[in-house]
Amino acid sequence: MVWVNALVQGILLGGLYALFACGLSLMFGVMRVVNLAHGDFAVLAAYLAIAVITGLHIPVLWSALVVAPLFAVVGYLVQRFIIQRSLDVSPLTTLLVTFGLSIVIQNALLTALSANSQSLPSGSLASASVQVNGQVSIGYVSAMVFVTSVVVVVALQLFLSRTGLGRQVRAASDDQEAASIVGVNVRHVYGIAAAIAFFTVALAGIAFGMYSSFDPAAGPQRLIFAFEAVVIGGMGSLWGTLAGGIILGVAQVLGAQVDAGLGVLAGHLVFLAVLALRPSGLIPARIT
Amino acid sequence: MIGANGAGKSTLMRTIAGLLSPVAGTIRLDGQDTTRLPTHKRVAAGIVLVPEGRRLFPSLTLEENLRIGATRARRGGWNLARVYELFPWMAERRDRPTAFLSGGEQQAVAIARALMANPRILLLDELSLGLAPVVVHRLYDILPDLLAAEMSVLLVEQDVTQALRVSDWAHCLLEGRITLSGRPRDLAPADVEAAYFGLAGKHAGGPG
Repeated sequence: MVWVNALVQGILLGGLYALFACGLSLMFGVMRVVNLAHGDFAVLAAYLAIAVITGLHIPVLWSALVVAPLFAVVGYLVQRFIIQRSLDVSPLTTLLVTFGLSIVIQNALLTALSANSQSLPSGSLASASVQVNGQVSIGYVSAMVFVTSVVVVVALQLFLSRTGLGRQVRAASDDQEAASIVGVNVRHVYGIAAAIAFFTVALAGIAFGMYSSFDPAAGPQRLIFAFEAVVIGGMGSLWGTLAGGIILGVAQVLGAQVDAGLGVLAGHLVFLAVLALRPSGLIPARIT
Repeated sequence: MIGANGAGKSTLMRTIAGLLSPVAGTIRLDGQDTTRLPTHKRVAAGIVLVPEGRRLFPSLTLEENLRIGATRARRGGWNLARVYELFPWMAERRDRPTAFLSGGEQQAVAIARALMANPRILLLDELSLGLAPVVVHRLYDILPDLLAAEMSVLLVEQDVTQALRVSDWAHCLLEGRITLSGRPRDLAPADVEAAYFGLAGKHAGGPG
């Protein structure tokens, strides 16, 4: 029963990783950009949420309604004015530029808000849970985050496969030049994809902030988990990312069940095993 | 537009479509300067390219490939129903990816995708490249239908005979310069040959 509980908690934690990773997956799948500042943007979103919560006196969940749309706008602008310019130079330049963004965000947060660790004031929500039986209990926050991540992945898939704009995103991802000759404004479409990715980063940042405390330097450490989820699932595949997140979460919690120090290591080992045995990931697919 | 390999035909097409910027000079459409217009806006202005190598979208179904052609469509007679009328086989395979189609069928989809934008100028680059002669013949049979729909076609072709048979006006390109222009019926084969291969002589330059 202890193991069943660990499995359930692992799946729920995987939801957080998947939510966090799907923006990374989307940006890689559509514009072949690996956003090294992904984790730092999530931390930035959490700090922004604190500001919104204290400034507007609203509960933590409502802060997402302000921060996520704002982040979508930020994502569009960052893509159009920073990442696109480096993309025009060479794909490798985007690594340098997003790495630079990562450093800038960390140090700006450090300067403005000190290195003290923070957490989102989630009140009674943080500890509230449903007792399924003697051994298994499900926290409200983790259940909510899991449901959110599934909803986000399903909504993204529907957007990509059913809407005209989603079709343009897929076309631009397939062949940028061919997309422009059928009338797709590729730069705008890339901006839209980044806006969606940043929307989900904001949700993930707030979710992370409700799970655990964070400080200005927390980004890169979290980015590793997002990377692992994306690579386990298959670069650029959203369903793969969801599966990858869940596998990573389960590995970490089961590992921690064996020994408290083994959690993160177990996740890394699964990641390495997938990388060695199935380098293209479990569901190797492009954004479709 | 005819010319040997490396004459600059595809470069010209890509420049007109906006994929390349000219080093000098301007591109005008009905007197409007389009030189600085990005590619996707040229589509809205009516300049649509069917690129060399077809360049269909592998992750889109056949119908999605057609629909995306209408992203910036002008008003006009071309729509999905009309395309399916011209190519009934496409309707039957609308939900399948285009990777399973033959080269000729893919070329037809690429043309149909461009038609969905209701172009004023349709740029066809190397229509027959890599296709069986019988397939090429079938594709050329539909060109008169397109021309009837108040659309100009700029065709780049290595198959000179085929190109001259269907066109109203022909230009021969050599090392980036037009060496011969005229109505196909006025062009003597010897002149075309001289212009095509750049043979200096009394014929080069042509009547154009």
